[in-house]
Amino acid sequence: MPAGSPQFADMPLPPRAGAGLKPEHVDAILAEDYRIGFLEFHAENYMGAGGPAHRALTAVRERFPLSVHGVGLSIGAERGLDPAHLERLARVVERYQPAMVSEHLAWSTHTDHYYNDLLPLPYNRDTLDRIVHHIDQVQTRLKRPILLENPSTYVAFEQSTMSETDFIAEIARHSGCGLLLDVNNVFVSATNHGWKPLSYLRDFPLELVEEIHLAGNAEDTDDEGEPLLIDAHDRPVCDDVWKLYEVVIAQAGPLPTLIEWDNDVPDWPVLRHEAQLADEILARHDASAWLGRRHAAE
Amino acid sequence: MIAPYDTGLSYQFGRALLEPDLPLPRGVVGPRGKKAEKRFSVYRNNVTVSLINALGDIFPALKTLVGATNFGHIAREFVRACPPGSPLLFEYGHDFPEFIGALEQLRKYTYLPDVARLERAWLDAFHAPDADPLTAESLGAIAPDRLGAVVFDPHPATRLVASDFAIVSIATRSRAGEPIAGIDPANSETALVTRPHAIVELRALPAGGATFFRTLLNGHPLGAAALLAAERDWDFDLAAAIAALLESGAFTTLSIPENTAEGA
Amino acid sequence: MSQKSILGASALAGAVAMALSGTTLIASTTGAGAAEQEKCYGVAMAGKNDCAAGPGTTCAGTSKVDYQGNAWKYVDEGTCASMELPDGRMGSLEPLDRDMPA
Repeated sequence: MPAGSPQFADMPLPPRAGAGLKPEHVDAILAEDYRIGFLEFHAENYMGAGGPAHRALTAVRERFPLSVHGVGLSIGAERGLDPAHLERLARVVERYQPAMVSEHLAWSTHTDHYYNDLLPLPYNRDTLDRIVHHIDQVQTRLKRPILLENPSTYVAFEQSTMSETDFIAEIARHSGCGLLLDVNNVFVSATNHGWKPLSYLRDFPLELVEEIHLAGNAEDTDDEGEPLLIDAHDRPVCDDVWKLYEVVIAQAGPLPTLIEWDNDVPDWPVLRHEAQLADEILARHDASAWLGRRHAAE
Repeated sequence: MIAPYDTGLSYQFGRALLEPDLPLPRGVVGPRGKKAEKRFSVYRNNVTVSLINALGDIFPALKTLVGATNFGHIAREFVRACPPGSPLLFEYGHDFPEFIGALEQLRKYTYLPDVARLERAWLDAFHAPDADPLTAESLGAIAPDRLGAVVFDPHPATRLVASDFAIVSIATRSRAGEPIAGIDPANSETALVTRPHAIVELRALPAGGATFFRTLLNGHPLGAAALLAAERDWDFDLAAAIAALLESGAFTTLSIPENTAEGA
Repeated sequence: MSQKSILGASALAGAVAMALSGTTLIASTTGAGAAEQEKCYGVAMAGKNDCAAGPGTTCAGTSKVDYQGNAWKYVDEGTCASMELPDGRMGSLEPLDRDMPA
């Protein structure tokens, strides 16, 4: 099924707000005049052979820029990438020619078990080498660079020897991949591990960031009764994350910004409203002002 | 002795996700020496709850039939016994019908495994390859004396689920959120699941119709299917069965095998 | 007994002609109309795309806490409590090859 559209082929994502694509929203998105900046779909949901899912995505592809977000490649897998799954991802990318391809700094598959969550990794030299090798395999097969997303984590490892920001920067430097900065993940992990979010952003290689993710989180408590945030994607983006987002955009300039809402998915207008809030912030830091400031700084 | 991370962390981590009685994987800690039991349980919950939810999305009628509480228990047991082998969640749960058939708690509800089998077939049909269904014209173009030898290629979405129970009636009502009271569960139904275009369709076949479709799906010619169906069911209505064959989109193309073309 | 003697070519041709002319009655039941058990080839249920789509992947966690015990007892909560079959009617455990095509 040819899915490429001349309108968006070979075009980058616009520096606007987009939304995570949910099947139940497709009719509303296609019916309304409002044009969201882009839509991002999870690769694994479109790895079936045919059927209504592909029909819907093809219709969306004709009207909107698309990005694909892999959630099951298990880039941190101890036993190597699953070549069959990489082939499936390659077929999805060929079929829909998305403007951006991203995956997670996480693992989810070990031998023949898939755990359906983004599981954490120790940050040390062994893990780094392994992940760089895996990203190299992915980029070689897809013939394009991918973006790697910083995780939300709930535990740490005694085996870690590097900070998360150093670890991610090293991966990008060695693999040539770009970065996807999930600002909610920054806030969640910073809260959970006692980091300062602004310090994290200061240490993060923002110049390599090509896309932003925003989502809502849920508050729980840890073993000591202190706040433990969960990356639940089940509610609006919280105020602290909006503030951090504005810091990032002020510094890095306008970037394609995705609102993720995966649990307790609301009607489309609620999600669209979140995207419009991001668009307002992006408009305050529009490309020309940013370019002017950068030129002035040079 | 195995080094903690290099050869075993994912294994330990994975086992501890699905077996809550196991200790935390070696090296898993909270920040600044804080405890991590509750923190690790976030991952346990993420995995278990998301997979229970996935099973609920694959088997919505079953979830209604047993109720959400029971379904959560059943699904959790299944998730721990048979975690997914692939990140394609829409492929999960092929072993679920057999699993629930072996559960002591569900012994009284012997129709449930077949309802689950039907729901699994439904999702298979949903994601099956696209193909154009057989047109009425192509059947109409066959000379009358050659019709008996015609064989049909199944559409890749087509599934036939046989049962000793009224699985189509039970699944249909349950998915619509309606009570099942009044259905005689012992009334055997065979489900024909098709997806001629974008929509998955479900039909209950009468006894003769089930034989008719099963014979055709196994690659036997129309004449043989009609004959077997008539033998199976005195009420078999051949014209209605052929109309259903066309309307359901169960097949894509037809042909007359060379060696039987003259003998039909 | 040959196939021809029971079901001649003319019977088959007649049935095909009837099917093609649309004179066979395809009863169609939808929603609440499916009250009586359906035996006549009509569509018992056509699934809407969005709600029949099955599970989707997510890169989110959950704040829901799963009860982690192992033993559980059946509670009479679901609709199937209204429909029991006596023990021993285990015809449901048919081999999987009854689903076709394999």
